[in-house]
Amino acid sequence: MKTPEEIFEALKNKFGEAVINLATDQPVDPYIEVAPLEVDKVCKFLFEEEGFEFNSLLNLSGVDDANGEKVKDENDNDIIKGGTLSVFYHLESTIHRHKIVLKVSTDRENPEVSSVEDIWRTADWHEREAYDMFGIKFLNHHNLIRILMPYDWEAGYPLRKDYQNPEFYKGMKVPY
Amino acid sequence: MGLLDKQFTDDNIIVTKVEDLLNWARLSSLWQMGFGLACCAIEMMATSASHYDFDRFGVIPRPSPRQSDVIIVSGTVTLKMALRVKRLYEQMPDPKYVISMGSCSNCGGPYWEHGYHVLKGVDRVIPVDVYVPGCPPRPEALLEGLLKLQEKIRNESLVNKKSA
Amino acid sequence: MSLKTEEMILNMGPQHPSTHGVLRLELKLEGEIITDVIPHIGYLHRCFEKHAEAMTYPQIIPYTDRMDYLASMYNEFGYVLAVEKLMGIEVPERVEYIRVIMGELQRIASHLVALGTYGADIGAFTPFLFCFRDREHILHLFEITSGARLLYNYIWIGGVSHDLHPDFLRLTKEFVDYFRPKVKELNELLTFNQIFIDRTANVGVLPAETAINYGITGPNLRASGVKWDLRKDDPYSIYDRFDFEIPVGNGEKGTCGDCWDRYYVRVKEMEESLKIIEQAIEQIPEGDVTSAIPRRVKPPAGQVYSRVENPRGELGYFIISDGSVNPKRVKVRAPSFVNLEVLGELCKGHMVADVVAILGSIDIVLGEIDR
Repeated sequence: MKTPEEIFEALKNKFGEAVINLATDQPVDPYIEVAPLEVDKVCKFLFEEEGFEFNSLLNLSGVDDANGEKVKDENDNDIIKGGTLSVFYHLESTIHRHKIVLKVSTDRENPEVSSVEDIWRTADWHEREAYDMFGIKFLNHHNLIRILMPYDWEAGYPLRKDYQNPEFYKGMKVPY
Repeated sequence: MGLLDKQFTDDNIIVTKVEDLLNWARLSSLWQMGFGLACCAIEMMATSASHYDFDRFGVIPRPSPRQSDVIIVSGTVTLKMALRVKRLYEQMPDPKYVISMGSCSNCGGPYWEHGYHVLKGVDRVIPVDVYVPGCPPRPEALLEGLLKLQEKIRNESLVNKKSA
Repeated sequence: MSLKTEEMILNMGPQHPSTHGVLRLELKLEGEIITDVIPHIGYLHRCFEKHAEAMTYPQIIPYTDRMDYLASMYNEFGYVLAVEKLMGIEVPERVEYIRVIMGELQRIASHLVALGTYGADIGAFTPFLFCFRDREHILHLFEITSGARLLYNYIWIGGVSHDLHPDFLRLTKEFVDYFRPKVKELNELLTFNQIFIDRTANVGVLPAETAINYGITGPNLRASGVKWDLRKDDPYSIYDRFDFEIPVGNGEKGTCGDCWDRYYVRVKEMEESLKIIEQAIEQIPEGDVTSAIPRRVKPPAGQVYSRVENPRGELGYFIISDGSVNPKRVKVRAPSFVNLEVLGELCKGHMVADVVAILGSIDIVLGEIDR
């Protein structure tokens, strides 16, 4: 059983710059912020290293931070320029009974995060969902295609805060 | 007028119109397509099961659209599913009927406002005969919907299709 | 001389009587042997997470009902626990007991559907009728409590919407006494039926190691012999006060982790739930059930991940609050979504007819897979 502080210390010693900080100002769970392109190595370490052995990925969720600049596009719709998208990882070890939350933030215009799919198989669909909903590209994912929306959906990524729904899809009216 | 309201002049002889006979036959054995979409499908299953016994109205679930007379659209129709629902409807032989069960398939239900992937009403892709409101409708409500459909079929005419 | 064979692709669903909803499977076949199964989901994607961002916290509860529509009470339960954890609300004793009773009744109701339809999938139709008959008794209990049969909106943040019906505890007690022999009846009818065993034992074996790596939870994981139940291992609400067992699969009729084990774990879980309900009825105190409901739900900024043991496995809610009345993000870790992923692995090398047996034994609900 390790506390988030101990886990953070160990990661900081091992990865240095790639592990950014430990956010403790949270009401419930603190989280460790990690660089987006290093997260696979950090996860691999947490998965394999004795004493940590996070053998289970509980959840992986994309988040639109919506912290960019709000501008109007040519059709007078609000869109967000710049800012970040985030991915939260909830890890658990059923062996040592400890949990940890990792967070990565990536550039909204070109969101790229390393895939953890080859560590936990369950990450496959979670990452596809994050791609489908937010457009976050998981590098080295073997099959990064849409999962919930139709494969030929062209109107963008629905859970982004500035998403605009199309008027028609294959001849069917979409708005109420 | 029901089939048996006509006079019995001899043993085993019923005088009736062809139209009434056909309608009676149709409405008494409405085979339903065994097809569930969402929450309402569970209520539809409950209607077919022991307590409510859909069977007594001649409704038997058939696994194939080619053998069924009525499709009960039970649940939210999404954009991804809508064209499949339409295809299934087209595969059914005439005469065919549609019961739209529940708010979602009537009009989008609770998903009408922010449902970017929800079709707001199955009547945007296939014609609906009876709408059953509710979220989800109770089995009694579905039975009522079926009785309404039977009433509609009873008044159908071979010559003038729209007279009902 | 060897005959040239080609891989065949068979489409199953989205309209198929055994896919339990609108799931589409792409089966790759070598003769009648399955080489791969690719699930295509999203035919019931109802945009829950987008709705959650536009609603206030209490308004989200009805939408959580509609995700896993076979276990609505438990979805509400999980959601309100997450919000309460974020806001630091303590709920009255009586509310905790009411929630546990509702949750366990819901578990039985959900398992009854799972077992009944599983029998129907395999080819035994009568158990379906028996299970639905017993489920109606539970639905009646829910109906006198909340007014609805399927989607309740009963468990609220900080409490429940109103107190129990005066007859509820008596009727629940009667139900427990009524239902105990019915489990035995189900066992005689289906569980130990040799035809059923032949169809399910040694089919779709899921080893414990694979299960954990795939994130499988709930009865599917326990059937593989892993004793992991959040009610015991990460107790929430008042589950630490009750005495109950965690049934695990042991390969009684075949290999540990096969379809029969997954089926039988659910049967045994229903018996354990009856135990919990009985104890809860004895212990439940009097008191107010609405006193802790906040007038205005405005959690502090931050994030929370809270999880409960839903009938299908670990149901997690990840909520990010920005301090306003609407959440910034609600992500649901739906147990079926994760459990379905392993289907391809399980089906490899089996016959086409076994796909139905394997899929039914995983017990998926499309409403929460697609959300």
